[in-house]
Amino acid sequence: MMRLAGLYALAAAVVVLPILWPDNYFVIVVGASAGLHVILAVGLNLLMGYAGQISLGHAAFFGLGAYTSAILSTRFGWPSLAALVASLLAVGVLAWLFARPILRLRGHYLAMATLGFGIIVHVVLVQATQWTGGPDGLSGIPPLNLLGWPVDGDLQWYGVIMAAMLLVLWLSLNLVDSQVGRALRAVHGSEFAAQMMGVDTGRAKTQVFVVSALFAAFAGSLFAHQQAFVSPDSFNLIVSVELVTMVVLGGMASTFGAACGAIALTFLQQGLVVFEDYEMLIHGALLMAVMIFLPQGLFVGLHQAAGRWWRASSRRL
Amino acid sequence: MPEQLFQFLVTGITVGSLYALVGLGFALIYNASDVVNFAQGEFVMLGAMAAIALLSAGLPLPLAAVVATLATVAVGLLLERFAIEPAAGASVVATIIITIGAAIFLRGVALLLWGKDFHSLPPFSGDAPIRLGGATVLPQSLWVLGATVLLVIVVRTFFNRTLLGKALLACAFNRTAAQAVGINVKVMLRLAYGLSAGLGALAGILIAPITFSSYEAGVMLGLKGFSAAIVGGIGNPMGAVAGGLLLGVLEVLGAGLVSSGYKDAIAFVFVLMVLFFEPTGLFGHKVAERV
Repeated sequence: MMRLAGLYALAAAVVVLPILWPDNYFVIVVGASAGLHVILAVGLNLLMGYAGQISLGHAAFFGLGAYTSAILSTRFGWPSLAALVASLLAVGVLAWLFARPILRLRGHYLAMATLGFGIIVHVVLVQATQWTGGPDGLSGIPPLNLLGWPVDGDLQWYGVIMAAMLLVLWLSLNLVDSQVGRALRAVHGSEFAAQMMGVDTGRAKTQVFVVSALFAAFAGSLFAHQQAFVSPDSFNLIVSVELVTMVVLGGMASTFGAACGAIALTFLQQGLVVFEDYEMLIHGALLMAVMIFLPQGLFVGLHQAAGRWWRASSRRL
Repeated sequence: MPEQLFQFLVTGITVGSLYALVGLGFALIYNASDVVNFAQGEFVMLGAMAAIALLSAGLPLPLAAVVATLATVAVGLLLERFAIEPAAGASVVATIIITIGAAIFLRGVALLLWGKDFHSLPPFSGDAPIRLGGATVLPQSLWVLGATVLLVIVVRTFFNRTLLGKALLACAFNRTAAQAVGINVKVMLRLAYGLSAGLGALAGILIAPITFSSYEAGVMLGLKGFSAAIVGGIGNPMGAVAGGLLLGVLEVLGAGLVSSGYKDAIAFVFVLMVLFFEPTGLFGHKVAERV
């Protein structure tokens, strides 16, 4: 019960907010965007925070999910739900194929490989014009159709994305507490020691890599149908770095930390639009400052500080 | 066809020299501090952009180049002092993120200083192409090649022949032991960042007459330089040089023979292939992991 308390609280907030502020741009539109970011960040956090494997190319899976869905539903006329499922399958298989050779690498070599993967995918999205529409992107993607109910309009999309987000959070919380989750944390602590304890570290890392890619593809597919338009710019290196920022900002190895980081950065970016020219400056300074002063992340750090304060004050009473 | 191949080779080696210089900068910092500095490409951009700005402010080109290089060295020292030093002992992931943050920050500064426009330097000695066999070479390419050879020799001599260079290498092998024999590790770290920033700035100034520079110019250059260092086996300076040349030639061949749009993808497919089959690079040491 306590384990999922945060999830129930979030679910309540998701329902209450649009009742309190219906038609509010920041709740409905920015909120939906934050929801997609939460799905992406929670997936990336499984890989970075729990398994300790950095990925600087996570936007590639987001993009592959989005484009698979977009191409199948526009060029081949597939129903949108089938396109979504197919994009999950395609990205899942691709991630599984890449997982072994990529996760054999460590540290900086792994960073390089994931970076390279992200750039290759981006170049292909820009260059394979006959399929992807090139730099101009693909438009006219039909909205999602959930067994006869077309998801059309901002409020409907808010509902669908929030439901997807809660599902991903629930899956992630359970995964972390499962045998696989414990194996992952052992890998993060010391891969060698984990192997000595009989953990099949290669298998555990492959599993989490595939799950993380699947979450990203899921977000990508939803994004494509929601926006009705995709272009390569939504899936470039900068986006990969932003995703890493979300995870780090919130606090690695904490599902809610990653979620909070995603929400915070989404709203921060909305706020920074006014200071367009300063956005990079602030983004860079934020990354450095959090990593130097609060390496465990803003939310996890604050949470721990609050816990200490609470214990200290209850002892006084 | 052989003439065309020769032309590709000449162009590839020019591009590769640049990657080699950036890769060398990566190797220098990695050797001294075990940190991969993702802001290395931004040093290249800062060098080029500062030189361009100083030139248009009325300074003669040689003076503009020297001042721009010194300014970039100062940025490198500041980066070490205020971003790397406070995070001593942080994990690999943490240092990667810190230097990515620094790169974005420096890009933001360049955007504020110089806007989004593209700029370039005039060639150092005219732009009349020189015919060489069947290929044509721009005089600026010869500047790039000559300077790269010179810089590589200087760096090599520095590490092999000077006490300071050997002290820096000692820090790379074992920081505690280096400290124990009286080497000031802190000063060595700063030296590595300063040198690396200076190398980057020089590379940027050399290439600025050939390509256009903007606040974003460092991103791809940094990634290619990082690729060069990784392909060569990270921490091996001469490996980085070889990796850079290899990458440059392959990229130009790929652009010429396959498709110019895919040239970046070709370069990174090559890097991935190298990593999949030689996970520690072509010239890297196979080190056993300490548990």
